Amino acid sequence: MGRYMIRRVLQFIPVLFGTTFLIFAGVFSLAGDPIRALSGDRPISQSVIDQLRDEYDLDDPLLVQYGKYMGVIRDDDTGEFSGLLTGDFGVTLARTPRPVTEIMADKIPVSARLALYAFSIEAVIGILAGVLAALRKDSFIDTLVKVSTVMVISIPIFVLGLLSQYLWGIELGLLPVAGLQEGFKSYILPSFILASTSLAYIARLTRTSVTENLRADYVRTAKAKGLSAKRVVGIHTLRNSLIPVATFLAIDLGGLMGGAIVTETIFNIPGVGREVFEAVGRQDGALVVGIVTFLILVYMLANLLVDFLYAVLDPRIRYE
Amino acid sequence: MSSDVTQRSGSAAEDFPAVPLDAEISGAAEQATGREASLWRDAGRQLIRNPQFVIASIIILGYAFMAVFPQVLAPNGITRELCQTASGAQPPSSEFIFGLDDKGCPYYERVIYGVRPSLIIGPSVAILAFSIAITFGTMAGYYGKTIDTMISRLTDIILALPLILGALVFITAFRGASSDDPEISPLLRFLAGIFEAIDGFTNQNGVGLVVFILVFFSWSTMLRLARSSVIANKESDYVEAAKALGASDFRIMTRHLIPNSLAPIVVYATITVGVAIVAEATLSFLGVGLQTPAVSWGLQLSVAQNRLSGDPHLMFFPAIFLALLVFSFILMGDALRDALDPKLR
Repeated sequence: MGRYMIRRVLQFIPVLFGTTFLIFAGVFSLAGDPIRALSGDRPISQSVIDQLRDEYDLDDPLLVQYGKYMGVIRDDDTGEFSGLLTGDFGVTLARTPRPVTEIMADKIPVSARLALYAFSIEAVIGILAGVLAALRKDSFIDTLVKVSTVMVISIPIFVLGLLSQYLWGIELGLLPVAGLQEGFKSYILPSFILASTSLAYIARLTRTSVTENLRADYVRTAKAKGLSAKRVVGIHTLRNSLIPVATFLAIDLGGLMGGAIVTETIFNIPGVGREVFEAVGRQDGALVVGIVTFLILVYMLANLLVDFLYAVLDPRIRYE
Repeated sequence: MSSDVTQRSGSAAEDFPAVPLDAEISGAAEQATGREASLWRDAGRQLIRNPQFVIASIIILGYAFMAVFPQVLAPNGITRELCQTASGAQPPSSEFIFGLDDKGCPYYERVIYGVRPSLIIGPSVAILAFSIAITFGTMAGYYGKTIDTMISRLTDIILALPLILGALVFITAFRGASSDDPEISPLLRFLAGIFEAIDGFTNQNGVGLVVFILVFFSWSTMLRLARSSVIANKESDYVEAAKALGASDFRIMTRHLIPNSLAPIVVYATITVGVAIVAEATLSFLGVGLQTPAVSWGLQLSVAQNRLSGDPHLMFFPAIFLALLVFSFILMGDALRDALDPKLR
């Protein structure tokens, strides 16, 4: 197990470098000039442009720029190895630059809170709906779960967001539709919208998994022993059925932070998602790559957690 | 591995000693395609009886008709002459059944024509990603070693990037490129030229770039499916038999391995059509996908967002059309999975 985990962690290294380089190349090398984007319509003097280009190392070849950014190539100005790998995420591209880490420290708690609420919603409601549907197969509630989940999966998340803003915010006037001024109440709509797609998948996954396990031999044995239905379902069936659900949930925890771009933009929530969306528009490379790196680290940790969960939850799986 | 093959080829030759080699190979291939055809024929029979599949097909055919002959449903077209510029947005009325949009143009015609980019982008993304995934996934699974490592690590990298985030960064990066800009690299100029040609051909501003970016982020899961199914099958007896009979690597891959791994990937590709349609609408909604004068539901919904309280009809019509189309593709994918997975029968 220990050696397996070490191998998994080592496998992440090329992925981390690959993804950050892709995004870095996307932001810095392709068409468009970040300095021009920064100055907007106002003319900017050549000396200022040269100074900025030098400061952000924009004249180096792409790989050198990337090496400096990651901290594996010595910086000309300071003569030190300082970059992402040493915890230095750089500064934003602005007239008064701020450290990227400072901005991330501002935005991450908001997104994390939103993700946590969404996670709780999808876990509780999704599993409950899935189990109910599986226990009463082909009943009204089963059909309801089947039809509603396909519908939720089909409707794009921004359309769901707009519909909910219209229904709860404008027609009924019950919930705030933008910003975070009203504290917890402001999180209700966005976290339900963020949770919606995964909730539907979890309900379907739980339903399939419980249905399969209810047919298993050990469940029949438990019933034959005369155990109560509560115990057969609650202890014997659920424990085995929830293994795939738990792994889905763990992977989703990583996805929820990255998937919040659309939700945060629609509901005007100042989290990492909206920040990265705006930073892409400004061509603020350091900020975009910093946030993407953070999101990928979360995603990878979630994946590791899944492997670990498998081993803990399912003793049949043994790692070499 | 190689000694194993020679051993097995010996026993295979003993089993079929008298028949000439050529006949053997074509016979084996026939058998393989015969079995494969029966999986698909069985599936086809089951699908025709599945109401889910029939409904989804009818809806999709309806949309396809709408995309090819929009003038039948909306004879007025989408010319600006029909716009009542002075009036602004208006709710549905007997004269304008979907009302007027923010510029005072009849909304019905615009919503009908909005199906076009979705039905161009969804299937093209799915087909291109499917082809890439089958080709490289089969190669990675069959050859293993360095080829597999390179392809698999690349897949990991693409999978680690969230779709919308990755698309956002790359579309913004490519957007500024134009085919006659001397300052950018020749490759980029070449790509920009292709995008401009596609945009001109489809008459939709931004379709070429959006398809390219969505394909770039869509092939990875399908590739993994293809690769793992090839790895599962390549040691099986029918592959060893084909090898023993002298079939080339190319023949083994195209005639034996790919037909046997097709089913789950076809299911995933069907769902990818829906996912790509959603992604295009989302990107257009965020302002980075298609650009005006393209007519797309995503763009219409982006306008609708700012007028939610006054003119909710601007949201409802494109939202319903978009959701129903995606719904049909997901329903169809579900039905295909039920039909193609023998374990579920």
